[in-house]
Amino acid sequence: MADRKAAIAGIHEYPLRVAPGVASMQIKADSARAALEDAGLKWEDVDGLYDAGDGEGGGGLGLAAYLGINPSVIDTTQVGGSSYEFHAAHAMRDIADGKCKVAISTYGSTAASQRIAIGTGGRGGGGWQANMEAPYGSTLISNYAMVAHRHMHDYGTTSEQLAGISVSTRKHAMRNPEAVQAMTDLQFVGINEISVQDVMESRIVADPLHLLECCMISDGGGAMVMVSPEVARDIKKPPVWIIGSGEATKYQENGGDITTSAGAQSGPLAFGEAGVTPDEIDIAMIYDSFSITVAVCLEDLGFAPKGQIGELVADGALSFDNPDAPFALNTDGGGLSSNHPGMRGLFLILESVRQLRGESTSQVEGAKLAVAHGNGGLLGGSHTGGTVILAAD
Amino acid sequence: MPNRPQPSFPELITQPFWDAAKEGKLTYQTCDDCDAIVFTPRRHCTACGSAVLTVQESKGEGTVYTYSVVRQNRMPAFAELGAYSVAYIDLDEGFRMMSTVTGVDDPVADISIGMRVKVEFEQQDDGEYPIPVFKPA
Repeated sequence: MADRKAAIAGIHEYPLRVAPGVASMQIKADSARAALEDAGLKWEDVDGLYDAGDGEGGGGLGLAAYLGINPSVIDTTQVGGSSYEFHAAHAMRDIADGKCKVAISTYGSTAASQRIAIGTGGRGGGGWQANMEAPYGSTLISNYAMVAHRHMHDYGTTSEQLAGISVSTRKHAMRNPEAVQAMTDLQFVGINEISVQDVMESRIVADPLHLLECCMISDGGGAMVMVSPEVARDIKKPPVWIIGSGEATKYQENGGDITTSAGAQSGPLAFGEAGVTPDEIDIAMIYDSFSITVAVCLEDLGFAPKGQIGELVADGALSFDNPDAPFALNTDGGGLSSNHPGMRGLFLILESVRQLRGESTSQVEGAKLAVAHGNGGLLGGSHTGGTVILAAD
Repeated sequence: MPNRPQPSFPELITQPFWDAAKEGKLTYQTCDDCDAIVFTPRRHCTACGSAVLTVQESKGEGTVYTYSVVRQNRMPAFAELGAYSVAYIDLDEGFRMMSTVTGVDDPVADISIGMRVKVEFEQQDDGEYPIPVFKPA
């Protein structure tokens, strides 16, 4: 296993998924304070700031001013929902280089309260990519759905198999009080464990994806504190080590394979740096914008050969309490059933840390290694893959 | 007559594609140095970086690489359309573009991956740019 260059020392997941009357920047600041408290560190200890530019007047110029801190590393990587895997990767390098010792990355969003149609709105905003897509009414969901259709065509993957991802994820969500509250506040119909049949009987939003294969749109946010090994010695809880990372981007290419994501590049880089293999992983936190996102990314990370993921995820097999499962998937309830305010990447790392500390509501006993893989942008279009390997102390 | 969202200008990168569309031409580029196919329009070759590209006119014939039928959307321009398809089309010349397959009775039942399609420039109620869509060949 790789050297231990940097650790996650503190985390916070903002508990509310519907938070009217709260600004995104307030969620970010509240989460920063709570994550620092979780670590036993002080506001003034922060010397590294990583931010995806979310929030009102935030980003590299605004967030430090709003928080009232004076970091000496400012990294404003914004690559969609995987931004937080990139932040962890960059913080690991910057901390190893001695550029900072206590780095924070925060997230805040009020997508639900603002009624933002992330999945079903069109491609607006102008620009060269929008000009080629907006006339066709391409929704975000239809973009991912096109990946699912091609995967089914090429490999015989079925909707019933993909539904298994929703089944295990909902099972985990029902054990997580914040996820149950989220589904309640967002007025989900049927807040209970679900079956493959339930998924298949939910309405199709964009063929072949059913409603129960699509993530929620919530408010929310959170924060993580990343520290040097020296700082990690004195924190309140066991440090969780960042031992490998990979970054990549992918986009539509003439003749390209839409069923392979950027994870095929970022995954091997991360596992290679960490010096571990997918069969050693206990917890896989994979960006579940949709069922197909998880399926494709698990294949690309090496958990199944390309085209063969269906068998692995079928019938909710990747649940935390299945002794035959090679690893547990999305044990917090995922974006499907717990938390998706637009950029879920942070929560993948937060739940990985909870598992490796023994704090998850669907705890895998003795979990030692986790992979957090974010997919930002459009799986069937331009997107990023960010992979982080995390290890228990 | 449909009323799809128009491309939005000024936007210098895709302007040549849409100017050609006004004349009923579906265009792509080839690299003079390495013969790569380039789409959407650029002033450089995405394969070798060359600045010497030639605009070509496609015959507009190709196959459906993949598609989805949108059942739910919150876009005013598409609210009345009912279920409609979004597709990536592989043109025979070797480039892939997003479009839609129209001219079928039931997009859920009548569109399939690999089906042959041909471009049609669909005139719009409002706006000067016809939109290239595809119909079963």
